[in-house]
Amino acid sequence: MVNGLIGKKVGMIRFFIENGEAVPVTVIEAGPCTVIQKKTENTDGYEAIQLGFESRKKVNQPQAGHFRAAGAGNFAVMKEFKTDQIDELEVGQEITLDIFEIGEKVSVTGTTKGRGFAGVIKRHGFAGGSATHGDTAPRAPGSIGAAAYPARVFPGKRMAGHYGNVRQTTRHLEVIDVRPEYGVILVKGAVPGPRNGIVLIKKHQSS
Amino acid sequence: MNPVEMIEREQMRADLASFQVGDTVKVHVRIKEGEKQRVQVFKGVVIRKRQGKTGATFTVRKVSYGIGVERIFPSNSPLLEKIEVLSQARVRRSRLYYLRKRRGKAARLKDKNFR
Repeated sequence: MVNGLIGKKVGMIRFFIENGEAVPVTVIEAGPCTVIQKKTENTDGYEAIQLGFESRKKVNQPQAGHFRAAGAGNFAVMKEFKTDQIDELEVGQEITLDIFEIGEKVSVTGTTKGRGFAGVIKRHGFAGGSATHGDTAPRAPGSIGAAAYPARVFPGKRMAGHYGNVRQTTRHLEVIDVRPEYGVILVKGAVPGPRNGIVLIKKHQSS
Repeated sequence: MNPVEMIEREQMRADLASFQVGDTVKVHVRIKEGEKQRVQVFKGVVIRKRQGKTGATFTVRKVSYGIGVERIFPSNSPLLEKIEVLSQARVRRSRLYYLRKRRGKAARLKDKNFR
């Protein structure tokens, strides 16, 4: 089977599982993805399949040619996944969320929400200064080091700056439910990115 | 339709009795003790209802041996066996937190039909 799928974050809800427990889950629209290309040992030096997700009307000429072989239209997102059954998969074949089982662990990769140029409280969880009693620096970082010695600020000192909008993976999330009728899987816990953000769902490597 | 809404809808409990803030209720909760399952009753006044789909909750307050006890129930939990409304009261706010400061006679609520 393929070890993952491309999906889209739909949102979070409180979900009641069989024993009555309330579990926070993220609803992810997982697939269906189409096999666009097979990478093989002979031609590419490794084995993988390229999956496409979400159809797209306009693509440039080189991409259109790449998609033609699969014959399933054009795609907005493409990603490679590993598989142990490359011989049984055909270009153009559709992979659905049936590859996921209830109870198994997955990792979900997405792009975190961009927070722009963020201060040190939001970005690094600093405590900040006092907001009252005449204090003038409620959100300032405070001292950034000693003076004459070392006469410089150490590299890696946590400061304000750009925060978010980076690729991030949340690992070891449990699949709580698989709902083929809505094309979604429910995963326990939070997942990086905004609603409608593209995420990669990968089966957790069992070692 | 949005799958989030559909999944929430199928988890909602339409079978439970409706009640309001100020009502005195008996909440029957299923409790699992080892292998056995039994039903526990929590009786008290509803002091708060929180809106939401599957995330909705309500808080029931009672005074047990002179000690105030509050319990928060998810309104759509499958562990709720049933909810009995024993009496309704006329209240003028949606959150009855002021009951926490009151004891005995002062903590009574006016009956809904009392004029």
